[in-house]
Amino acid sequence: MTNKEKATAYWKENIKYVTLLLIIWFLVSFGAGIIFKDALDKIKIGGFKLGFWFAQQGAMYVFVILIFVYLKLMNRLDKKYGYNE
Amino acid sequence: MNSLLIEGIGVQNWTYIIVGVTFALYIGIAIWSRASSTKEFYVASGGVSPIANGMATAADWMSAASFISMAGIISFAGYDGAVYLLGWTGGYVLLALLLAPYLRKFGKFTVPDFIGDRYYSKTARIVAVFCALIVSFTYVAGQMRGVGIVFSRFLEVEINTGVIIGMIIVLFYAVLGGMKGITYTQVAQYCVLIFAFMVPAIFISIQMTGNPIPQLGFGDKLADGSGTYLLDKLDGLSTDLGFAEYTKGSKSLTDVFAITLALMVGTAGLPHVIVRFFTVKRVRDARKSAGIALLLIVVLYSTAPAVAVFARTNMIETVSNQPYANVPDWFKKWETTGLIAFNDKNNDGIIQYVANKTNNELMIDRDIMVLANPEIARLPNWVIALVAAGGLAAALSTAAGLLLVISASVSHDLIKKIINPKISDKGELIAARLSAVGAVCVAGYFGINPPGFVAAVVALAFGLAAASFFPAIVLGIFYKRMNKQGAISGMITGILLMLFYMTKFKFNWFGGGTKEDWWFGISPEGFGSIAMLFNFMVSFVVMKFTKAPPKEVQEIVENIRIPSGVGEAINH
Repeated sequence: MTNKEKATAYWKENIKYVTLLLIIWFLVSFGAGIIFKDALDKIKIGGFKLGFWFAQQGAMYVFVILIFVYLKLMNRLDKKYGYNE
Repeated sequence: MNSLLIEGIGVQNWTYIIVGVTFALYIGIAIWSRASSTKEFYVASGGVSPIANGMATAADWMSAASFISMAGIISFAGYDGAVYLLGWTGGYVLLALLLAPYLRKFGKFTVPDFIGDRYYSKTARIVAVFCALIVSFTYVAGQMRGVGIVFSRFLEVEINTGVIIGMIIVLFYAVLGGMKGITYTQVAQYCVLIFAFMVPAIFISIQMTGNPIPQLGFGDKLADGSGTYLLDKLDGLSTDLGFAEYTKGSKSLTDVFAITLALMVGTAGLPHVIVRFFTVKRVRDARKSAGIALLLIVVLYSTAPAVAVFARTNMIETVSNQPYANVPDWFKKWETTGLIAFNDKNNDGIIQYVANKTNNELMIDRDIMVLANPEIARLPNWVIALVAAGGLAAALSTAAGLLLVISASVSHDLIKKIINPKISDKGELIAARLSAVGAVCVAGYFGINPPGFVAAVVALAFGLAAASFFPAIVLGIFYKRMNKQGAISGMITGILLMLFYMTKFKFNWFGGGTKEDWWFGISPEGFGSIAMLFNFMVSFVVMKFTKAPPKEVQEIVENIRIPSGVGEAINH
């Protein structure tokens, strides 16, 4: 692979990861916490209605996990293409 | 004997002791880590560890608004408060995935640096500097005001004296230490503010539900043995008084969606947050410190909705339908500040707190919920003092971060890059320090003479950042073909549209208007997301009809997409 091809392949994989993670980002916040909130509220876990819980707790926890998953994936990707330092 | 002594110290003396110790700590750190070059002053030489940077970012981000106001706002808004929780945390995902690693690779000092270079244009740079200054100034005025309120309530000095004390402290470590001093002070401030927020929350959670973890406690059963869930009880109390059910909220779905999006994108576009990612060594450190920052922020943000529920329930139970003659001490103390007001409309001597405005007799300012919470729950004096120190840490750390952005905008983006490119490093450092001094004075002026619209302009700051910076930066990284004509016209459209909408509906310019006249039913707070869409659309359309960016710019873009070969933040 030339440097240019390598860079293009790396960028493609990066975009794939980012897209996937942003879909999850959207689903837990705008999806579960806002659009489908009323439907999810019919399910109750302890004292929490599920939609309310996603909006005020759950989505935030997923956000943190998403960034760390991204970190892991990208560190692996950097290594694969020899971009790690 | 010992406990008697501790009791005898009193809230005010405790506050002097705790606030005094923390201030001495901040100043000590500033002296130890003062900056000697522009590189140290702007980006701490790009050598901060990702964990320290994560802590500093968290403290920088969590302002007086997060610490003092947010839980209070949520406790009055119920479910609707989620817009802040989602918006101000979800933005970090965008920041980590779309901006931070690439801006670090780019390796300059400021956001206008990136805009100016990527769009090969002085005009683009000037537009960016203008946006950065407006956003930062509106923000910093609110912080100085927060400092004033904490001082006046807990140390019983004039609000103005409080603002001036705050100015001197910030001046000291921002001017002396630059980014390096600020970073290490913010690490200390994060520790102070998170401790101060968690201690009362844990105490109250145990008191009310027997669960020591507030995040779980507010979904738990009450400790009184009734077997009722706390949230069910609060829903019941709220509807009894005529309010919306706590877990339901009252805003429309479209508006909740739009506000959340505007706050998320605004967060990712705020210059004082972005610039923190210029301070680490490598691209992977930028990703990591975004993760650590969000983790540390979520510790507070996941506790805030619990505090909101505890405070709301406690408050209703303590004052609703109680005789005014029997109200506790804290009620009287806050009454003197004017932040609680009781008006016995039917002269029965009993406090009627209801949703109906004509019958309601009690006004409570949302901002006091966090500060009064430990007193409402009868926690020990030292905890109350700790909350004061935490509020100050939150306000000061954010103010310092913003002042640095302002001074860098003036000395680096304006003086060095536009007015006098031949200025020496030493001269630029002096200019940076002088502009920090100037910025503190302006911020202090607004703290003492707050414009009547502080709350409105803070929302404007997010809307502006969302409508201007975010599309320009994202397109600059992810879309090689985007050129200066597209980006500049997009930014200008975004800002002007946002300014127009805010001034129309907030200050009644351009004929004003009411809720019924909102476009697509979206409030000014949420309009940043619409203005951002317009920015994107205009950028694309204009780009289609103009020339592609020059080859060397396209090469810059290819280069920032590859994480290796960063080097230090370079002086250029």
